[in-house]
Amino acid sequence: MMKIKKNIAVSESGFVFDAGTGETYSLNPVGVEIVKLMNEGKNQEEISNYFLSNYEVSQGIFESAYFDFVSILNQYNLIER
Amino acid sequence: MKKQLTIAITGLNNTDNPGPGIPVIRSLREAKGFDLRIIGLAYENLEPGIYMEDMVDKTYQIPYPSGGADVLLERIQYITDKEHIDVLIPNFDAELYTFMKAEKRLLEMGIHTFLPTIEQFEERHKAVLPKYGEKYGINVPKSTNLTSVSDIRKLKKEYEFPVLVKGKFYDAHIAYNDEQVTSYFNKISAKWGLPIIIQEFIKGTEVNVVALGDGEGNTIGAVGMRKQFITDKGKAWGGITIKDDKMMDITYKLIEQTKWRGGMELEMIRTNDGKYYMIEINPRIPAWVYLAVGAGQNIPEALLRLAMGEKVAPMTSYTLGTMFVRYSFDMIGDISQFEKLSMTGELENIHKKTKQ
Amino acid sequence: MEKKFFERPIINKINAGIPDKFGMGNQLNPISTIDGVAVKDLIAEHGSPVFVLSEKTIQDIYQDAYQAFSTRYPKVQFAWSYKTNYIDAVCRTFHKLGSWAEVVSGFEYQKALENGVPGNQIIFNGPDKNEADLRLAIENASLIHIDHFDELYLIIRLADETNKRPKVAIRVNMDNGIYPQWDRFGFNYENGDAWNALNRIMLSKKLDLVGLHTHIGTYILAPFGYGNAAKVLADLAIGLDRKYNHKIKYIDMGGGFASKNTLKGAYLPGSDTCPSFDEYAEAITNALINSSIDPENMPVLFLETGRALIDDAGSLLGSVIGNKRLKDGRRATILDIGVNMLFTSFWYEHIVVPAQATSKYTEDTTLYGPLCMNIDVIRDAIQFPSMKIGDQVVVKRVGAYNMTQWMQFITYRPKVVLIDRKGKVHTIRNRENIDSIRSLEVVPDYLK
Repeated sequence: MMKIKKNIAVSESGFVFDAGTGETYSLNPVGVEIVKLMNEGKNQEEISNYFLSNYEVSQGIFESAYFDFVSILNQYNLIER
Repeated sequence: MKKQLTIAITGLNNTDNPGPGIPVIRSLREAKGFDLRIIGLAYENLEPGIYMEDMVDKTYQIPYPSGGADVLLERIQYITDKEHIDVLIPNFDAELYTFMKAEKRLLEMGIHTFLPTIEQFEERHKAVLPKYGEKYGINVPKSTNLTSVSDIRKLKKEYEFPVLVKGKFYDAHIAYNDEQVTSYFNKISAKWGLPIIIQEFIKGTEVNVVALGDGEGNTIGAVGMRKQFITDKGKAWGGITIKDDKMMDITYKLIEQTKWRGGMELEMIRTNDGKYYMIEINPRIPAWVYLAVGAGQNIPEALLRLAMGEKVAPMTSYTLGTMFVRYSFDMIGDISQFEKLSMTGELENIHKKTKQ
Repeated sequence: MEKKFFERPIINKINAGIPDKFGMGNQLNPISTIDGVAVKDLIAEHGSPVFVLSEKTIQDIYQDAYQAFSTRYPKVQFAWSYKTNYIDAVCRTFHKLGSWAEVVSGFEYQKALENGVPGNQIIFNGPDKNEADLRLAIENASLIHIDHFDELYLIIRLADETNKRPKVAIRVNMDNGIYPQWDRFGFNYENGDAWNALNRIMLSKKLDLVGLHTHIGTYILAPFGYGNAAKVLADLAIGLDRKYNHKIKYIDMGGGFASKNTLKGAYLPGSDTCPSFDEYAEAITNALINSSIDPENMPVLFLETGRALIDDAGSLLGSVIGNKRLKDGRRATILDIGVNMLFTSFWYEHIVVPAQATSKYTEDTTLYGPLCMNIDVIRDAIQFPSMKIGDQVVVKRVGAYNMTQWMQFITYRPKVVLIDRKGKVHTIRNRENIDSIRSLEVVPDYLK
């Protein structure tokens, strides 16, 4: 289960402020939603199920997008290890 | 009653290499008879002017001119739908071409500008300065345009070192030998492309004039200045108003002959034997324009009036020995301002209103 | 409950200083049809990638250009620059509009003849004309534009041998105020070579000097360069009249007009800086009309502009092969369009847009071609929405030079189609196949 680091603030607008590094980011609405679910403690399967039931998307497409997204979050060092 | 106008202004980058936006706003804020709403147009989200609440009422981000005139004008249309811009004053060299080309379309949106014509703008470029000098009878340093490194060898016959090595738009270095010319050639051409301009190095004192032409040959304002201290970026950190009849004559004559329209900055070298050489003509108001206001000529105000179609009487005198010294200053802000600007592209400076 | 539209999640770093694209709504408007024909239908029918040319755009731009000149000057003649695009259907479209042919090799000359262009309406330019080419051109009374003295002497000899009076012009290069100054083609004006050549032609009495030609460069953004060049040619024409009482029939200003494509490294986009035909026409015709050429004998003005006439009429349609992340996190999208067929991507920042509605959220993306080569990059950095495999893209303004400079490499060159004015799609060049390449090869017996 992955979580966004504690000192990272995510606002409704999608603005992300990493108080640890001073970096700022912007998320699109789907990005905001995924980050929220992660912070609620949902695991990948739960997040995937949520999207499959609420969005017009196949499992394959969601998963490839999800892993791509997570790899970028990792790249930016935003995920708790 | 004070006249209410909404003015959009670019060049809010009040850094150590400052854009003229904030000095222009400051000058306009001091103009009597106007109640102005100032709209800042910012390319970058850390341009200091965005956060200066006494200067800018609201800032909108705009796309760079490199994204194309259509995208830029679409954004300006969006802004003027909300703000009803009366006058737009662009302050960056790199954006002037786009705004000049768009003059008619802006006017259709109800936005007035007061800019040089494309022809006036093109003919004063560094690369064609010798032709300009010939046409208008002004001394200019001898210069050669280089398009290949192999041409550098030929310079020895025509020039004495040192020479100035310049890029088409920006950058200038003094070179004392072939090797240095080659090295600057490569450096500048990698950044700004070709040609590279080799200019004779003229020994003397640099003097500057900020001036305003009405487009019919009249000089509406002109103030001379000598830089007293220059930063490592070549910008004035302190300066003083001077009056030199010959320099002012050149200015008046140039504006009369070219029928220059809009603000301009002339950079000249006065040699020890009293000759004047034009080294650069900048087609916009310079960042030190507030010195002219301090000395008695509010050039931005006059430009605003001209843009609105008023007849403006020439300002012919100014106080000599008026000085300016620049300083830097740390403003305190909150990340929420940055967030608002970054996420929506707009930021209203509300603090000012609550203070009133 | 209806399900929501899914968009790939995106996170972008906000660089202090550089404006963030989200707030700006910097959306790429997709191009889903060309002249009313759906991109997806074109690809389904003709394969991907495929070049598409528009007859309507060709005609509209030609009329625009012709009008710019013909309203300012009494006698104007365009000649289609074969090297820009010599697919027969394209050449014939221009010939139908009234263009003559401008060729620079024996191969192009043959093509022009076979496209039905009369010999005396073919302009033969360039340094590469061999003896056989010249004989044929002399036989057909074509207009031979001489490039250098060796060629001039060869033509004088051939005039003797064929007992004909070859129709010739010289190409002139000069300092017209633009950079770089092309001096490798033709005779230089300032050093006197141009006059020298004209004197030899006149004194030989064996050649029919019909015109003067120049071609100042390529992708010229400064119309004044043409004005200055036209002044030089006018000056030569006046000199010929004075000295030999000889009046030339035409002045050929060549080509080199820019298109709206953006050159790499240019700060402003080509769509903002490219002069209009009116601006070029104004510069050229003013110079000629204001010269002291006898108004009763104004020479015909020839124009050989290629790029500016055909670039906008061509589009290249392709499809997404896949996506990946580069080491630094940057997104990369691989297209089936490679630099082998889009040669101009070496110097243009081509406009690439999706062919279907996409997300308004874009990321900094590199667009790669399919070749197994590191240099196969269509766009280094472009704000691009996320694309799925099979999604289609349109590359705009590719009509000039790509269909002549393309390379057969690793795979086949794509099909080229032309949409006519009525919206009907015609194949004008088939996709290559294994036979089109192998038919030229010969395997020695001992390897069989």
